[in-house]
Amino acid sequence: MEHTRRAAEKAQRADIRTRWLLSAPALVVIALASVGPLLIVLVYSFLSPGPYGDVIWKPSLEGWFNVFFSRDIFDDTVSFADAHLSILWRSIKLAIGTTFLTFVFGFPTAYFIASRSPRSRAIWLFLITIPFWTNLLIRAFAIQEVIRNEGIINSLLMSAGLITQPIQMMFTDFAIMVGMTYVHLPLMVLPLYASMEKLDFRLVEAGYDLYATRLAVLRRIIIPQVRPGIIAGSILVFIPSLGSYVIPRVLGGGRNLMVGNLIELQFGQGRNWPLGAALSITLVFIVLVALAFYVRNVGKSGGSHG
Amino acid sequence: MRENKGDILLLENPCRFAIEVRGVSRIYGASSERVTALGGVFVSIRENEFFTLLGPSGCGKTTLLRLIAGFDFPTEGEILLHGQDIAPLPPFKRPVNTVFQNYALFPHMTVAQNIAFGLEMLGKPKDEIRARVDEMLKLVHMEQMRDRYTGQISGGQQQRVALARALAPQPKVLLLDEPLSALDYKLRKEMQIELKRLQSETGITFIFVTHDQEEALTMSDRIAVMSAGRIHQVGTAREIYDRPADRFVADFIGETNFLQATVVGTANDRATVRLASGEILDAGLPERFKPQGEVTVVIRPEHAQLFADDGEESGIKGVLENVVYFGTDTHYHVRLGGGDIFIVRRQNTRTSVDVLEPGVPVGIRLGSDAALVLRD
Repeated sequence: MEHTRRAAEKAQRADIRTRWLLSAPALVVIALASVGPLLIVLVYSFLSPGPYGDVIWKPSLEGWFNVFFSRDIFDDTVSFADAHLSILWRSIKLAIGTTFLTFVFGFPTAYFIASRSPRSRAIWLFLITIPFWTNLLIRAFAIQEVIRNEGIINSLLMSAGLITQPIQMMFTDFAIMVGMTYVHLPLMVLPLYASMEKLDFRLVEAGYDLYATRLAVLRRIIIPQVRPGIIAGSILVFIPSLGSYVIPRVLGGGRNLMVGNLIELQFGQGRNWPLGAALSITLVFIVLVALAFYVRNVGKSGGSHG
Repeated sequence: MRENKGDILLLENPCRFAIEVRGVSRIYGASSERVTALGGVFVSIRENEFFTLLGPSGCGKTTLLRLIAGFDFPTEGEILLHGQDIAPLPPFKRPVNTVFQNYALFPHMTVAQNIAFGLEMLGKPKDEIRARVDEMLKLVHMEQMRDRYTGQISGGQQQRVALARALAPQPKVLLLDEPLSALDYKLRKEMQIELKRLQSETGITFIFVTHDQEEALTMSDRIAVMSAGRIHQVGTAREIYDRPADRFVADFIGETNFLQATVVGTANDRATVRLASGEILDAGLPERFKPQGEVTVVIRPEHAQLFADDGEESGIKGVLENVVYFGTDTHYHVRLGGGDIFIVRRQNTRTSVDVLEPGVPVGIRLGSDAALVLRD
């Protein structure tokens, strides 16, 4: 008895060792590519800024202090860093708005594709991925061409006599939202499609058969079934849109900053690397909190069974 | 959630027929490659009837069921429910529920939530729903399983939940799409009896789709035999088995010997025919049918008896070719004079001995009403 038990324990230990060895390459990549750089950023946020960028190896909390407070350069009075906090808050709002809009447009799109015949599904999916072939910057400028004051929409409306003054769309939050929704839409459609493809459409029929209207079938049967796709899509859209840099830069102009632009500013013209590093860590922290909150709330209401 | 409350079809003057299908066709595809799933079907299903649509796969039986449920719409014709045309109504406005072939239970809901779903959608009050769910769980003997998820119960239990879910809203008609096909033999037998019991206890009209003739014969009040998008015959199990309307029905239901023959003479509803092997036979005729020339005569294997041919008794003569033992009965394959194979079936007893060996000359004795002339 004792002998077999010890043998079993030994086998189990060997098994665990094998598993660690097998996952070692992945762990090394994660350590080098993800944890390592993040640690460097974390360390930088506690150092002092150098006069021409870079950092001086002198510990300081100034970077973190500047995230939340600002010190008047003349009389050293301390006040809340309204600018930083409002930019952070704006970024969160725009990211949530983008996630919501991509869901509103992405859900019917994914449903449409999933309900096609297997052959035409491949074609539709292919069309969805086409925007990825083009550089993000070029796509941003393309949107600019559509919505700027002399752009397609305004000139069409004006030649139709519907408006006399061009509608100001460029350099507004609207422009940023349009751009981010457009850019991130495939990231919502693809995971939604992946879970809708597995959806058993006979369940939809069963719903109709049991007196559920189209809306009730959507709410009570389809959405609970594709919840994993909704979670994955929302995460994939929320995270990059919160840290968005190119779209707010091109479509929001200099005035409508998002936190990504703010961070870039610190590492560039601002020459305040510790502040940039502290802002970056803050952003990571916000993402983590948002994710934990989201997964807990959206994940639990469907029951543990899937 | 309650937006559809009240617009479920209300039935004012109940009529004798639960469902009337009038000239219904369903044609798929564009004009170049049209596929006729149903071609001008007429059938009336009575109230409180256990009605079965029987046929091989692809015969249109499931299409007809889907048209009644509202998942598909007829190309032409109308479907009446208690005298009212339901063809334009979406499925969620028809007082008709379905038990699906694979049950289609909602995997994200418990057994009780599944059963309650239809009632919730009808906007019934909470306490009424709870009472009805309890009643349904009891009806299908699933009280212990109420809080299980549908992935945590066996196939037979899922079947019961699917039945309870479809019966809970008290539909006028219950549609069952091959619901027993996924169960093993023993369980299937059990559920056949269970379904019969549920039908008589609830008094709901059941329309049952199957390709299994035994299921159809044992459970149904009436059966419609279908193939290639049309109904060949509607009748009780006995009518279908004993008086098949045409070759397809005779061939599809049970085993049958088909013999080519020539009509010698007809009188009333009987005909005298000469078989290819020369024997003269007395055969029944279908109603209003006076055939001439070549006909097909059908004889069920169990309506014939075999005897050793010693030249004394008259009958169809042949040579015994093969003896197949089936447990309950034995099949004797007889090669007739004309070259056809004729099968005779004999019920076995524990002590029955096969005195006839393959190769011996045998005669086939027929009862007076064993042979029947087919309509075509």
